Amino acid sequence: MRHAQLALSVNGEAVETSVAPYKTLLEVLREDLGLTGTKHGCELGECGACAVLIDGEPQLSCLVLALECEAREIETVEGMARGAQLHPLQAAFADLGAAQCGYCTPGILLTAKALLAREPRPTPSRIKEAISGNLCRCTGYQQIVEAIEEGARRMDDERRR
Amino acid sequence: MNVVGKPRRRVDGRAKVTGQTRFADDFALPRMVHLKLLRSPHAHALIESLDVARAQAHPGVHLVLTGKDFPVTFGILPVTQDEYALAPEHVRYVGDPVAGVVARDEQTATEALDLIEVRYRPLEPIATPEEALAKPEPRIHAYGERGNIHRLQAFQFGDADAAIAASDHVFEDIFFYEGNTHLPIEQHACVAALDADGKLTLWSSTQVPHYVHRALARVLRMPASQIRVIATPNGGGFGGKTDICNHELVAAKAALVLGRPVKICLNREEVFYMHRGRHPVLMKFRTGVTKDGKLTGMHLQTLVDGGAYGSYGVASTFYTGALQTVTYELPRYQFEAARVFTNKPPCGPKRGHGTPQPRYGQEIQLDKIAERLDKDPAELRLAMLAKPNSLTANWLRIGSIGLEQCIKTVVERSDWKNRYRKLPQGRGLGLACGAYLCGAGLPIYWNKMPQSGVQLLLDRSGQVTLFCGATEIGQGSDDVLAAIVSEVLGIDPYEVRCVTGDTGMTPVDLGSYSSRVTLMAGNAAIQAAQKLKSMLAEAAAEDLEVAPERISFANGRVSFESHSLTFAEAVVLAEAKFGTLGAVGSYSPPRAPGKYKGAGVGPSPAYSYTACVVEAQVDPRTGWITIPKIWIAHDIGRTINPVLARGQVEGSVYMGLSEALMEEQVFRRLPPKLSRALVHKMPSLLEYKSITSLEMPEMDTVLIEDPDPNGPFGAKEVGQGPLLPVPPAVANAIYDAVGVRIDEIPITPDKVMRALEKKAKGEAPRVGPERFPDVPYPQPLIVPPAWEGGDGSEVKRHDAAAVV
Ligand code: FES
Ligand code: FES
Repeated sequence: MRHAQLALSVNGEAVETSVAPYKTLLEVLREDLGLTGTKHGCELGECGACAVLIDGEPQLSCLVLALECEAREIETVEGMARGAQLHPLQAAFADLGAAQCGYCTPGILLTAKALLAREPRPTPSRIKEAISGNLCRCTGYQQIVEAIEEGARRMDDERRR
Repeated sequence: MNVVGKPRRRVDGRAKVTGQTRFADDFALPRMVHLKLLRSPHAHALIESLDVARAQAHPGVHLVLTGKDFPVTFGILPVTQDEYALAPEHVRYVGDPVAGVVARDEQTATEALDLIEVRYRPLEPIATPEEALAKPEPRIHAYGERGNIHRLQAFQFGDADAAIAASDHVFEDIFFYEGNTHLPIEQHACVAALDADGKLTLWSSTQVPHYVHRALARVLRMPASQIRVIATPNGGGFGGKTDICNHELVAAKAALVLGRPVKICLNREEVFYMHRGRHPVLMKFRTGVTKDGKLTGMHLQTLVDGGAYGSYGVASTFYTGALQTVTYELPRYQFEAARVFTNKPPCGPKRGHGTPQPRYGQEIQLDKIAERLDKDPAELRLAMLAKPNSLTANWLRIGSIGLEQCIKTVVERSDWKNRYRKLPQGRGLGLACGAYLCGAGLPIYWNKMPQSGVQLLLDRSGQVTLFCGATEIGQGSDDVLAAIVSEVLGIDPYEVRCVTGDTGMTPVDLGSYSSRVTLMAGNAAIQAAQKLKSMLAEAAAEDLEVAPERISFANGRVSFESHSLTFAEAVVLAEAKFGTLGAVGSYSPPRAPGKYKGAGVGPSPAYSYTACVVEAQVDPRTGWITIPKIWIAHDIGRTINPVLARGQVEGSVYMGLSEALMEEQVFRRLPPKLSRALVHKMPSLLEYKSITSLEMPEMDTVLIEDPDPNGPFGAKEVGQGPLLPVPPAVANAIYDAVGVRIDEIPITPDKVMRALEKKAKGEAPRVGPERFPDVPYPQPLIVPPAWEGGDGSEVKRHDAAAVV
């Protein structure tokens, strides 16, 4: 199959690449752009490990064709930190044990980031709802929920400063 | 202590939250090609012919491998070398690999799989243990006890039957624990490549690089010194990555043939076929009890569904009975077990390895005993706890036991006394306990070498590098090692660089399984760090003009009273004095007291204990179960990093609850017009139900610290033990809520409804297995307990009477 030209905006940077047209966004991110921070556990839309933000909304990158993402803003885990400084959510996840093996972590971080953009101080039950499509086999979710609450607090503090 | 016990960000935390942890599938090497495996669509068949010509000719295909390329078998246990990388003539489950295609990309390799022509002669599949017992033919393996019986084991530690017969009460119960799988979110992957010097390197998501290393040498018939296995951080393991995988061997072979890197990542369906998960176990407990609630004897029989290959099965089978003795005083014990082959993906070790199944039965039976004796289940247990520093009937040496405090803690925090048997209809509390190993006493292949080694290198900059074969599977082994070394040397844990799980660089550690890393690698790390510490102390003492014993190490400084050096300054002095600075440490477990044949499975340097209370809400109209809260207390000996330890406990609670309520790896026969194959009912994450964030209850987690003399700083395991009490506590809570016994796992709403209907009709309010089949257990090995004059060895049958 002929490759197609593709112009994407990933983590605020314009990238041009040529890819097989059947490729999913997940595959293009990982295989063509070398952004392996985005994970996969099924490639069938079942685990949430591949979640990225497309125009700010969490989407399963294994279910989206890369070609559909022309001219849309994509954010992956690689885009979360500011320079060398971790995003408050990332720091909270690391501090509070929300990442054990860390495999589900990128997808959950981005899902949480989108949640906090809509609801800066969600309740634990809102957090649980928001991440209910992200499977984590390691943590039992409690430390993840706590880290998202803590991340929200830290973001609040940052805003006030 | 400065580091140990303090809550901290794990040393690899930053990598994990930035997506920089490099999992196996994240590797891409120049000229890399891709492997796909063709798998059997039949549960049981002989391969009549296999034609790869069309696949080989497909554009973009580099190589096709078949069973002919792998004449040598492998297997994780020396006694069961029963697998081929690619089956040459006999396939034993749907998913058994028969050929591998290497192509320029996955797409092309997948296309070429369809071009391979295999003619199978189907054999009758053996679906269940009952069938395996009844049908010796067709035989799944030519080895084993006989027919389709893989392994039979029988032990008598004192005449349990006589003790039971003489008891005030006898309880006989049959339980079933369904099989389930690990379901790591990371699918297994590996990359094999030849180095510039022609040696083979395999990066793989494995928990056991050392065993993979040995298997590669055997199967590829290459010197092990030419092979390097690097365990990439696992995206979850839970035991699912502790076996040698077919795809690892095939990828390695392909890289050797092609001279270029070869990658494979299993898809989710294939991960279900790789399995090696929880064995389905049917079990029968006969237990004698005195009227005041002391156990007199237990006779446990288990029937273990092994699936198609040996895997860890012989050990798993021992574990369905080995640890029944370490929680409560049990003067006499008889244990008989059988593992059978069936045409399903092989079972192996999953978190708790063989012990959650009998723990389920034992703890529910205790609940029944408490009820019959009109005792509180917590009090009943507290009055029969095994004693610290004691020997069990089956010759296990117990060290510390924090179980009493665990039980008291969950009882108090759940307000058990005021709420158990007192909650409104539909709501209930259940209690259960458990125990687990801190590493197996013996390695899986016989040798006299240490089970874990650590090497430390000190750079004159003050940098400390730690080398250890232990594998980071998410549990935090790197963090534990860094914490222990930094505690000894008085530095910051983030100063320690960990190089782990790499057979080309690190001293052997047997791997991340059986909860062995903290205790075994931790002790090796202490030993190595202490050697360095004394060199540093000697050098610093000279400089500060005091005796070395008076030098202290803390906060990155090496000091005597107010005089101090930075750690790096002390290193410079020591390097000047002693030359290049390094040290090694190693760990071998203490010798186990049992000497009988079979005594090798069960001993451990220490046992961890857990108690748990579950609250359940059951809707009597629908059988729907909700779990609002779980209280758990785990006897960890000493906590190294509370953040991680709590995560291990809560992850175990989650996994135990998920098994209790929904997880099952089950199979169904396709109808005759569709080949009658025995297929996995739900090889997808959507159909294989597991708990999500929404169903997860609130958890109240307490770590009980009762340091064990064998643990590093007293530490014991935390990764597996806390799973054990959860399923039986759920069952016991459901009984308290609605008065029905579900004696099998998973406990689903339909089973609750069935039991409620029986109850309404006045029948026994129970759902569970009704009968235990006749299993041809052999005459038991007679091993008298110490209190009956035994010395840890078996006695011949005719001397048995003389001993008592
Ligand atoms: S990879 Fe599982 S949802 Fe996309
Ligand atoms: S941390 Fe391992 S899957 Fe979530």
